[in-house]
Amino acid sequence: MDTDLNLTQHISNRFNEELEGVRNLALNMGGLVEKQVSDGLKALLKAKSKLGEKVASSDYKVNAMEVDIDEQCTLILARRQPAASDLRLVISIIKTITDLERIGDEAEQLGIYAIKLADDNIKPSQFVELRHLGEHVKGMLHDALDAFARMDVGAALATIESSATLKEEYDAISRQLILQMMEDPRQIKNALSVHWCARSLERIGDHSENICEYVVYLVKGRDVRHVSLDEMKAELEE
Amino acid sequence: MTQVAEAPDIHQVIKETVGSPYTEKPKLSTRNVDVFYGDKQAIFDVSLDIGNHEVIALIGPSGCGKSTYLRCLNRMNDTIPSCSVTGEFRLDEEDIYAKEMDPVLLRARIGMVFQKPNPFPKSIYDNVAYGPKLHGLAGNRAELDEIVVSSLQKAGLYEEVKDRLNASGTGLSGGQQQRLCIARTIAVSPEVILMDEPASALDPIATATIEELIDELRQNYTIIIVTHSMQQAARVSQRTAYFHLGKLVEVGDTNQIFTNPQHQLTENYITGRFG
Repeated sequence: MDTDLNLTQHISNRFNEELEGVRNLALNMGGLVEKQVSDGLKALLKAKSKLGEKVASSDYKVNAMEVDIDEQCTLILARRQPAASDLRLVISIIKTITDLERIGDEAEQLGIYAIKLADDNIKPSQFVELRHLGEHVKGMLHDALDAFARMDVGAALATIESSATLKEEYDAISRQLILQMMEDPRQIKNALSVHWCARSLERIGDHSENICEYVVYLVKGRDVRHVSLDEMKAELEE
Repeated sequence: MTQVAEAPDIHQVIKETVGSPYTEKPKLSTRNVDVFYGDKQAIFDVSLDIGNHEVIALIGPSGCGKSTYLRCLNRMNDTIPSCSVTGEFRLDEEDIYAKEMDPVLLRARIGMVFQKPNPFPKSIYDNVAYGPKLHGLAGNRAELDEIVVSSLQKAGLYEEVKDRLNASGTGLSGGQQQRLCIARTIAVSPEVILMDEPASALDPIATATIEELIDELRQNYTIIIVTHSMQQAARVSQRTAYFHLGKLVEVGDTNQIFTNPQHQLTENYITGRFG
């Protein structure tokens, strides 16, 4: 029997407000991180060094939000000693924002590479391989945040499922870059830059997957980390 | 105790107990328990096992029947004329409500600690010695001394009172009085200890001492504790049973109940939502 995750029915209105407040902050942080990733990718693919600088210099906002939300969660734990779904909400927020902060760091990396790209006069065409991977990762992050906002286990599982293709795309890019490097060793430096960006994107996908796992924990109370998708589905069907 | 259940649709909301009310080789086993005060039904068809050496917490809002259920276990409700109890109660396979069961002996086997510390207006020594004397558990003074000292030690009180065993029990602090009552209960070597909100009148330090004690007592006794403090239930018990309007809604591992309860009513209660 599923229990209802209604945040607004506590006897204490203040508690309702505190939980709603911290959840909204986490969603805002998600929005900001999503923008950072999107801008970082755009700067990279279109060689916009200004936009790259903006992304790199905005990471502090994400970090500040993480610290703030952590503090609010600590206060809720200290003051309210939440249980059951409330406890799971606070725990999943604490964990989600850690992943969001790391996604922010990866977005910052994309921004930094966009600046480098312009400085080194690397042609953006060398980065186009990343476009498909980047769009996929952006979509995953968006879906993960959406699943979190709607507490939607089905959407979370679908997002986790899509990470398999992400791995394939990442491996394909790696193989292609190795070929390039073997064919023309002068390309090694550029190819490594592209690879680092691909790596950042792949990490963002991983963090998005983690967020989806927290959504499952939040809604179902099941910890589905470190298990295969099939095991996950089987466990949730129990 | 005239708390009674109301709300006519309760049978629709709580059709059967969720979770795992039964255990293998239970110390106490109850089946289909109904309790009436006059024509008001206070408990509806409760079936629950309590395992050996386990601490089980009974939680639920006021008037949910948890204290009534607890009091049935050592026939404390016998003393209330309007109260009628039906169903099966077994202590190690023995019928608690059998004609040949002497309630006084039963209460020595299933002891009780109450919400407010209620030491006898006697010396600390006599408080603890009273039960063993009554049941003839000590052959001589030395044996009685031994029982009193070891009971006070098990209750974690001996070091604080060893120099004043002849002082009045009522002169102790609240927390000490409660531990004295626990010493009095364990002096007759019970198998089960019932605790009805044993720490609700105590400060946090005395509460922590009692909770620590409960954990130690579990080695030798089976403990059933009624508490309004959710954190206390979460801290001291291995299993938790949630009562609501006279029905047993959910029973499960305490860790599961407090992180992922299965029934909406349990969830609402432990998270402080409107039921």
